[in-house]
Amino acid sequence: MSAETRETSYREAVREAIRDALRRDPRVFLMGEDVGRYGGCYAVTKGLYDEFGPERIRDTPLSESGFTGAGIGAAMGGMRPIVEIMTVNFSLLALDQIVNNAATIRHMSGGQLNVPVVIRMACGAGRQLAAQHSHSLEAWYAHIPGIKVVAPATLEDARGMLWTALEDPDPVVIFEHVMLYNRTAQLASDAGPVSIEGAAVRRAGGDLTLITYGGSLYKTLEAAEALAGEGIAAEVIDLRSLRPLDDATIMASVARTHRALIVDEGWRSGSLAAEISARIMEQAFWELDAPVGRVCSAEVPIPYPKHLEDAALPQVEGIVAAAKAVTGR
Amino acid sequence: MSAVYRMPSLGADMEAGTLIEWVKQPGERFAKGDVIAVVETQKGAIEVEVFHDGVMGRPLVETGQRVPVGTPMAEVELVDVQRAAAAAPGGEPPAERRAPTRTAAVRTLPGATSPPEPAGARSITVPRRLRASPAARRQAQQLGLALADLAGSGPDGAIVLRDVVSAGGRAAPVRPPAERPAPRRGPNLDAMRGAIAAAMSRSKREIPHYYLSHTIDLTRATDWVAGHNAVRPPERRILLGVLLIKAVAVTLRNYPQLNGFDREGRFEPATGIHVGSATAIRGGGLVAPAIHDADRLELDVLMDRLRDLVARVRAGTLRSSELADPTVTVSSLGERGVDRLYGVIYPPQVAIVGFGTPSPRPWVVDGQVVPRTLVTATLAADHRHSDGHRGALFLAQVGQRLQEPDTL
Amino acid sequence: MTHNEIRAAALEELINVAPDLAEETIPVDADLRETFDMDSMDLVNWVAALHRRLGVDIPELDYPKLRSLDATAAYLAGRLGISQTPGPP
Repeated sequence: MSAETRETSYREAVREAIRDALRRDPRVFLMGEDVGRYGGCYAVTKGLYDEFGPERIRDTPLSESGFTGAGIGAAMGGMRPIVEIMTVNFSLLALDQIVNNAATIRHMSGGQLNVPVVIRMACGAGRQLAAQHSHSLEAWYAHIPGIKVVAPATLEDARGMLWTALEDPDPVVIFEHVMLYNRTAQLASDAGPVSIEGAAVRRAGGDLTLITYGGSLYKTLEAAEALAGEGIAAEVIDLRSLRPLDDATIMASVARTHRALIVDEGWRSGSLAAEISARIMEQAFWELDAPVGRVCSAEVPIPYPKHLEDAALPQVEGIVAAAKAVTGR
Repeated sequence: MSAVYRMPSLGADMEAGTLIEWVKQPGERFAKGDVIAVVETQKGAIEVEVFHDGVMGRPLVETGQRVPVGTPMAEVELVDVQRAAAAAPGGEPPAERRAPTRTAAVRTLPGATSPPEPAGARSITVPRRLRASPAARRQAQQLGLALADLAGSGPDGAIVLRDVVSAGGRAAPVRPPAERPAPRRGPNLDAMRGAIAAAMSRSKREIPHYYLSHTIDLTRATDWVAGHNAVRPPERRILLGVLLIKAVAVTLRNYPQLNGFDREGRFEPATGIHVGSATAIRGGGLVAPAIHDADRLELDVLMDRLRDLVARVRAGTLRSSELADPTVTVSSLGERGVDRLYGVIYPPQVAIVGFGTPSPRPWVVDGQVVPRTLVTATLAADHRHSDGHRGALFLAQVGQRLQEPDTL
Repeated sequence: MTHNEIRAAALEELINVAPDLAEETIPVDADLRETFDMDSMDLVNWVAALHRRLGVDIPELDYPKLRSLDATAAYLAGRLGISQTPGPP
């Protein structure tokens, strides 16, 4: 099917997804801070302003609540807006619009109105951007009924999830981890839309299940490789969708491996890792041969200095050590 | 590296086997000595072990399917490349392999080792809940095993799934839960009759047996066992038969031509002394599973191994290596009061040692007729590979070893 | 513990050590060795199990007294200091 592939970065895959959406549907437009003339603070939208013009690539004032609200209104009015928020930290200014409006209007209107908005935001740490630009608050959004939350970790998902999200009648929040933008891999030149539902098993193994998403996927895969060298076969699940969670894939894997470790860059308390752990307890308790393990970020504001930032985040060695503890080795 | 797992040969008389179940599932890791599958043979359901570390791949044979020895049964991924290059699993086992030794721990009951209550203390003892993982609890329930009977290998001695799985292979459930009757895994006696018939016919047709008989004074040995057992609780007592096996095994070190295999007329000495202990099955039939490296085992350990083997013969859960590995057979009909037995060699082995019933008889010691406990030991050996002279020296030396039971 | 309870416990432990007897009907006075082919390994395992279950350490010299289930129960009752009144099977 996809005979031809080419070396592509995650950034380019997202840009291609936006370009594709703009071409497919005249109702689609992008707005956000510095997305136009500047080309996006992570350079994702570079060139799109020249290609599609200021009507469809709209620079906004520094007012997350204002432009997110405008996006919600545009969606209710029949458009298909893509709202880009520079980082999840700044999205808190728009939380009222997202939680009180986007997520509720279908319900509050008795189904008369829906909000087909897509909100993209960068998240995560690792670029020394310090505590106000580095957090992983995906779990807060995954808490909210009425929206869907996805975290593309692979190029295929970065390229393919946007269009499917735009076609969804309800709000979809897309989290792009900042450490993924420069990752490159082969991507089929005819890569296109993919489902925004369901988790994916990125590596098969029988000894334990490593559950992760977004920026932690590659650390987890690296850990799985290291574990294989020590005779431990780890299965790696990429959640892809954070709300709803794909319980079936998780439980099926745990039923095979009897052990689970969750790798989540969010803080442990009240984290997605906590939610997944609870669900495993509820749905697969009798399959467990060891307590569910978690590797999360240290409960501090993400530090600026490189060595402290590294120490605060889940790292490969920590994942390997935790996996061994769960397997009793 | 990729390899295929083949239907193993579990003895010279086996031509085909039926896959009963895969114990390892695709993607599941296995280690050397793990049971990978259960195969129905004429000797019952046999737990087949693997000889390498690896990962189970795609099955090529379905459960219930009967296939000839050597048929590829599953794809496997082997971890240890050097070993893998030497032999594919299911082939001849490497000689240095030992039987897994997981028996002793399981037999220790927690109640037997718990510290005594302090005298006079009026404490309310809150029984500590057994630490066992949910998966282990469910598996134990399904197998009808009591958790209290299992030893835990998990954190703080917790019982985890592997403990139940390994115990499940050893003991058949006494009373399986009514809703899940355990499959009967005992041997098919008709099929076993056929297998014995084939092996013994071949033996009598092809092997030129010679027979020797020797009377051994067992008084010292029986006294030693009685003294040994008198000061031990029942679970640590040993049987006289264990001494006999040990004496034969140790003596065989000096008689390598009796310990090995006939390979199309050529003798192949064995690298270890794995004594097949002939064990009768109630209702008919016989198996002689191996006690690996019997010459190197302490008597207590040998007793534990024998106890474990007999239990699994009863339950019909022998392992492949135990059937395929014996290098010599020891048969004792002492239970049934006969004086002596004339053994038939189990091919491709080249010797079988028999013991009759030890009983008090008149015997001359230092010119005096005195009552002694005597046993008649016999040897049937393959004349193509040894002569009566060597065989006689061997039997005599077994007798001498049994005069010094404390050195066994 | 009554004679019958001891006998039931002895039977249960016998089946534990010789699960292949589980489907047999074992008369209380049947000679275990002659009729049910009980061998020395079965016996030593049974004695060990009875020791764990009832705390009675049966010396080797007494093994011949464990001829049948009834005989075993009577012997064990004696060792436990319980009066021996065999009940109906």
